[in-house]
Amino acid sequence: MNGKMAGISLSVNLCNIRLSNPTVLASGILGTTRALLKRVADNGAGAVTIKSVSKEQREGHKNPTVITYEAGMLNAVGYSNPGVDAARSEFYNLEDIGAPVIASIIGTCTDDFVEVAEGLSESGFSAIEIPLSCPHTPGFGLLSGQGTPEATYEIISAVRRKTNLPIFVKISPNVPEITTIAKAAEDAGASAITAVNSMGPGMIINIESKKPVLGFKVGGVTGDALRPIAVRCVYDIYKAIKIPVIGVGGISTGRHAIEMIMAGAAAIGIGTGVYTRGIDVFSKVCAEMKQWLMENGYNNINDIVGIAHD
Amino acid sequence: MIEQPQMVKICNIKDETPNVKTFFFEFTGHYDPGQFIMVWIPLNDEKPFTLSYINGNIAGITVLRRGDFTKTLHAKKIGDQIGIRGPYGKGYGLSEKSVTTCIVGGGIGMASIACLADRQENATFIQGARTVTELLFRHRFKEMKLCTDDGSLGYKGTTVDLLRELIGKHNYQKIYACGPEKMLHKIFELCSEHHIDCEVSVERYIKCGFGICGQCDCSGQRICIDGPVFNKEDLRNMPDFGKTAITKSGSRVSL
Repeated sequence: MNGKMAGISLSVNLCNIRLSNPTVLASGILGTTRALLKRVADNGAGAVTIKSVSKEQREGHKNPTVITYEAGMLNAVGYSNPGVDAARSEFYNLEDIGAPVIASIIGTCTDDFVEVAEGLSESGFSAIEIPLSCPHTPGFGLLSGQGTPEATYEIISAVRRKTNLPIFVKISPNVPEITTIAKAAEDAGASAITAVNSMGPGMIINIESKKPVLGFKVGGVTGDALRPIAVRCVYDIYKAIKIPVIGVGGISTGRHAIEMIMAGAAAIGIGTGVYTRGIDVFSKVCAEMKQWLMENGYNNINDIVGIAHD
Repeated sequence: MIEQPQMVKICNIKDETPNVKTFFFEFTGHYDPGQFIMVWIPLNDEKPFTLSYINGNIAGITVLRRGDFTKTLHAKKIGDQIGIRGPYGKGYGLSEKSVTTCIVGGGIGMASIACLADRQENATFIQGARTVTELLFRHRFKEMKLCTDDGSLGYKGTTVDLLRELIGKHNYQKIYACGPEKMLHKIFELCSEHHIDCEVSVERYIKCGFGICGQCDCSGQRICIDGPVFNKEDLRNMPDFGKTAITKSGSRVSL
């Protein structure tokens, strides 16, 4: 890195959490163990998110759970996780990870969310992310009606009463007016909006066997196909609410990240990019962001947040 | 690259033991011994297997009947189709002919190491099984040293016991192994003690196969893409190796 690039700051303040750079490991990717979180942080992530945890252990869907296609990826892992008690023993000494760690919690009813949030409250997480938007797991997210403004308000208010940690609400792009969900979350006391979860679900059929490929038949669509939709969602949400937005969807290069930040994202999530560019996608995206900022006369990433707006 | 299964026709089936069959199919493309493919049975499941045979454009997987998936696979007939994707992961590194090597296979771990044994020149080959009827590939590798836990054929004892004796007589510079993790861990310790290089293939529950889901973690190493074959230096930094594993749900269990 040359001297000029060293003077460029990527650090961001997200709900009073200091991130050395705006890249965040998205939930569901590599967040199964403490050791993997550490490795992702060592590879340059500004923050990391654990794989979503429910009250009880879940095996998830049968394989294939993740497949790719020409424009991105489909997944239906089905929220496999060891349950909140085991998660508490897995995720310890989080201050040694080297980046803030975000807990992702799921539930089939409001009480479950509260119970899991309380169960992880002493673990040293920097924030709690609550996805109300999974498109492919019965009992959770969109398949149990958690994606409406009313359900969002109810779940987030309940968790808000029980924790002082920042709450990020992860929402679905599959709605005609995404800002109504974001506003309901903001009104309920959310600290930030993570936009967006995977879209769809989609289906890929293997024409030789004449059967859907995914074990659950359908799965959430991510990667390049999702990016323009995610950028539009972040752009709309940024205009509609006051709390910060974490932009997620198809980001695998510095240019993608810059685009998402221009739409209004205070930080950006990376998931499928771990596949397309490797586990060091975080440091690659950061180097590319710095390069772009330098070439375009900026020395602070925060100067371009929302710059695409009129 | 697109990570989706391609259907292939089973062109031959070989009964290896009462519980183990090899399924042959057409396979083209580069393959390093120790890499794995994901085998898909539509509407059932998908599991990882290493190729146990490669002969021109025909490859085979050697499958122990163990659960629902392998039971369904065992019921397949010649002409039936299965889906395959891959190969994935990092295989064994072949050694120069001048390097004295020993290859150790335990149980169905033999399937992973057989293609290495085909290609690695000048190697001692040890196979261990619980009993004589579970021994694999006896006609394929005629010089193989055999051990059985019950002494029904060959050396009575484990592969580790035999290997320890052989290390005393031969000057092995490199040991390759695949089998139960307890066996692998003992071989790793033996190699550390005697300053011998080693490469072993580690097994975990695999989901995506291409390094994104994190399900196959072993101390921050993804078995599917960073492994499944690891060397002595890798293993030294993997405290979970030989101790704990992550299951399908993500729960940590003792081995």
